[in-house]
Amino acid sequence: MIPREFAYERPESVADAAGLLRSHGDGARVLAGGHSLLPMMKLRLAAPETLVDIGGISSLRGITDAGSYFEIGALTRHADLAGSDLLGLACPVLASAAAGIGDPQVRNRGTIGGSLAQADPHGDLPAVLVALDGEVTAEGPDGTRTIPARDLFRGFLTTSLAADEILTAVRVPKAPHSTYVKFNRRAQDWAIAGVAAVVDGDSARIALTGVGAAPVRAEAAERAFWGGNAAEAAARAADGLDPPSDAAGSADYRRHLARVLTLRALEEAIGG
Amino acid sequence: MKSAVTMTVNGAPRTAEVEPRTLLVHLLREHLNLTGTHVGCDTSNCGACTVWLDDEAVKACTVLAVQAHGHEVTTIEGIAANGDLHPMQRAFHEHHGLQCGYCTPGMIMTAIKLVEAVPAPSDEEIRRGLEGNLCRCTGYENIVAAVRAASEVRV
Ligand SMILES: Cc1cc2nc3c(=O)[nH]c(=O)nc-3n(C[C@H](O)[C@H](O)[C@H](O)COP(=O)(O)OP(=O)(O)OC[C@H]3O[C@@H](n4cnc5c(N)ncnc54)[C@H](O)[C@@H]3O)c2cc1C
Ligand code: FES
Ligand code: FES
Repeated sequence: MIPREFAYERPESVADAAGLLRSHGDGARVLAGGHSLLPMMKLRLAAPETLVDIGGISSLRGITDAGSYFEIGALTRHADLAGSDLLGLACPVLASAAAGIGDPQVRNRGTIGGSLAQADPHGDLPAVLVALDGEVTAEGPDGTRTIPARDLFRGFLTTSLAADEILTAVRVPKAPHSTYVKFNRRAQDWAIAGVAAVVDGDSARIALTGVGAAPVRAEAAERAFWGGNAAEAAARAADGLDPPSDAAGSADYRRHLARVLTLRALEEAIGG
Repeated sequence: MKSAVTMTVNGAPRTAEVEPRTLLVHLLREHLNLTGTHVGCDTSNCGACTVWLDDEAVKACTVLAVQAHGHEVTTIEGIAANGDLHPMQRAFHEHHGLQCGYCTPGMIMTAIKLVEAVPAPSDEEIRRGLEGNLCRCTGYENIVAAVRAASEVRV
């Protein structure tokens, strides 16, 4: 399978990339790791006229310890996140989610920026960003802005990034008591459901993937957790959910998974 | 619309004229005649097309040839040294780690990197590490045995 024809640009700076996106208009798309976009182009589910490959902009790569938070370049790959000792200790929810994405070859190409911009309803990293209450930097021809996680994900494959904006960096707070638990049935598969849990003293932030068009914050569970009650929180994890039914599982099955995985995630986060 | 891409393939500089939409696996197979790298699923799942890009395992059906411009690519044809099979190739041969052989080049390219990253892998670690490589024939038992044997050769 071969994508439809397109023009290929390889800018060397974010400013050049944003300029190309603006001048090419709606027909242009950013190419990062290509592990969502190229499969869609091969299936002709996407047919951009121009690809703006940001893969050569090395300033977009890397994990920086900025004291109370981490600053992570958009091109940092899943393998880099999973292999980072820094994240493993101080932000295990991100490291563990990245370690479970796809397979080793996928993790060697796919990037954090691409995963967030893709906003796949079964993606792992959008839920992690929401649970961490993180934020991203978006840079376009008109300047730079910060988008908090709660404003980034708008629905099925949709974010609040403008077509000529580039997600350049991700900021997440340190969260040593945190983890990600996903459930699937086949090797290398996406989550049927997944839970990102971040525990901070008496409170917890919990976000679910695979149960809606975008990551869902489990607010009833968070309230029930107050003081450390993981079992009570897990019992409330499916409150208000309206998950899809598909070949991977029914809506009821996904509600069940939300409760079971929330318990596992909270117990692991508290223990960790 | 074609442009020249240059990369090092199995240690030698290679140049080809390709369209931007040409996939790395097609560059290797159709322009450079390196047909050891297979296309199984073409949907990024099976791993038959696995090669090393800058010394890391990647699925060559999910990389554009233009993305590999200026980089280093190693295929199954490039891992034997002076006519001697790579220890991983020998282990697959000795432990019957293949039947039809379709998945084998990708399995071997992934397995070598697996053993480099985890020098004495458990069977569980081998199975996890080969998660992106599917085999329709063997049931995986002998593939795991081969990788285990190759890892012991290295130790
Ligand atoms: C076999 C397989 C299994 C997978 N399994 C999982 C899984 O279990 N869990 C999971 O979460 N993901 C999974 N993925 C998806 C993988 O994580 C992708 O890498 C990721 O979704 C997209 O990242 P990318 O860098 O490849 O982005 P690309 O494919 O290059 O781009 C994706 C989209 O984001 C846009 N984009 C990319 N970067 C930017 C940026 N910096 N600024 C603005 N827009 C941008 C692109 O224009 C495009 O629309 C899997 C993929 C494959 C092929
Ligand atoms: S042919 Fe590339 S993953 Fe199957
Ligand atoms: S040996 Fe036939 S697919 Fe693996």
